[in-house]
Amino acid sequence: MEWRFDAGGAIYAQMVERIKEAIASGAMAPGARVPAVRELAIDAGVNPNTAQRALAELEREGLIYAVRTSGRFVTEDEGAIETVRRELARGHAESFITAMAALGYSGAELEAFLKNYIREKEEE
Amino acid sequence: MAVLTCRGLTKKFGSTVALDGVDMTVEPGRIVGLLGPNGSGKTTLIKLANGLLTPGAGEILIDGKKPGVETKKIVSYLPERSCLPDWMTAGELMGFYRDFYADFDRDAAAGMLSRLSIEEKQKIKHMSKGTREKVQLIMVMARRAGLYLLDEPIGGVDPAARDYILNTIISSYNPSASVIISTHLIADVEKVLDDVIFISCGKIMLAAPAEDIREQRGKSVDEVFREVFKC
Repeated sequence: MEWRFDAGGAIYAQMVERIKEAIASGAMAPGARVPAVRELAIDAGVNPNTAQRALAELEREGLIYAVRTSGRFVTEDEGAIETVRRELARGHAESFITAMAALGYSGAELEAFLKNYIREKEEE
Repeated sequence: MAVLTCRGLTKKFGSTVALDGVDMTVEPGRIVGLLGPNGSGKTTLIKLANGLLTPGAGEILIDGKKPGVETKKIVSYLPERSCLPDWMTAGELMGFYRDFYADFDRDAAAGMLSRLSIEEKQKIKHMSKGTREKVQLIMVMARRAGLYLLDEPIGGVDPAARDYILNTIISSYNPSASVIISTHLIADVEKVLDDVIFISCGKIMLAAPAEDIREQRGKSVDEVFREVFKC
């Protein structure tokens, strides 16, 4: 995974977000092994306690689970994966709508624009 | 118990106050950034922790003890300037470190050197500046110390060597040891830090977990540093 961090906001929270994206998109498959703390810290170039905190948060949210002695794995609970996928989609929709509203698009105009845009893309 | 404790630590050089009543503690398992502009007192603090200077007033304790023979056994120090005996080969240097420090892990050091394709028979004086910096860091991090004091470990090396050095610090992490990194190159080190200490004119301006600073202020530690130390 390529790691890039925004200046503001806690790094562990940004790592949680990136790993959620990987789980929701299937880049990290259900049941796949999650890198160990040290491995993740080296890969992302972050403090090991930060990497630990990110994994603990994902565990708390039920998206990964620990197996004694063999490490952590991505959840196989499809419902949980679908929930996080929707949660992330809502976030993207929210920022899209906010950006479009700033340009004066809203409601029906926004919807028409989007339908049109999708049709154009499909014809390409 | 704290690995390092300073209480009212003060050091003057003639009429110049290098450290002015510093109070701080470093707990085990933390990677701490000692961040400040040039001449803020970072090196003085590190030299006091090593027993290379003695306090004018106040005290500094390592594992509850005043710096001396006992504390040197657990403190691994990377000085600001290279101090490698350059007539030695890399292999001889490892023997030298093992003779001096019971906690030196020769296998770990040899592994790190071989990953950089540095041969044990290579002489230090034939190495580039960047390679020497890496070799010195490897010697320091290959000790199983309780406290690592790294004075400007990334100053004067290229960005790739910087990444290597920071990665070596991360991969040597041990929850019972602490690391203090002094630097003014904040953007490069901040992701690696647990805690941040801003020092200016010998006084502590801010001491907080790095993640708290980013979360509460919505800015990087580097940006906050630029605000605090705006000229």
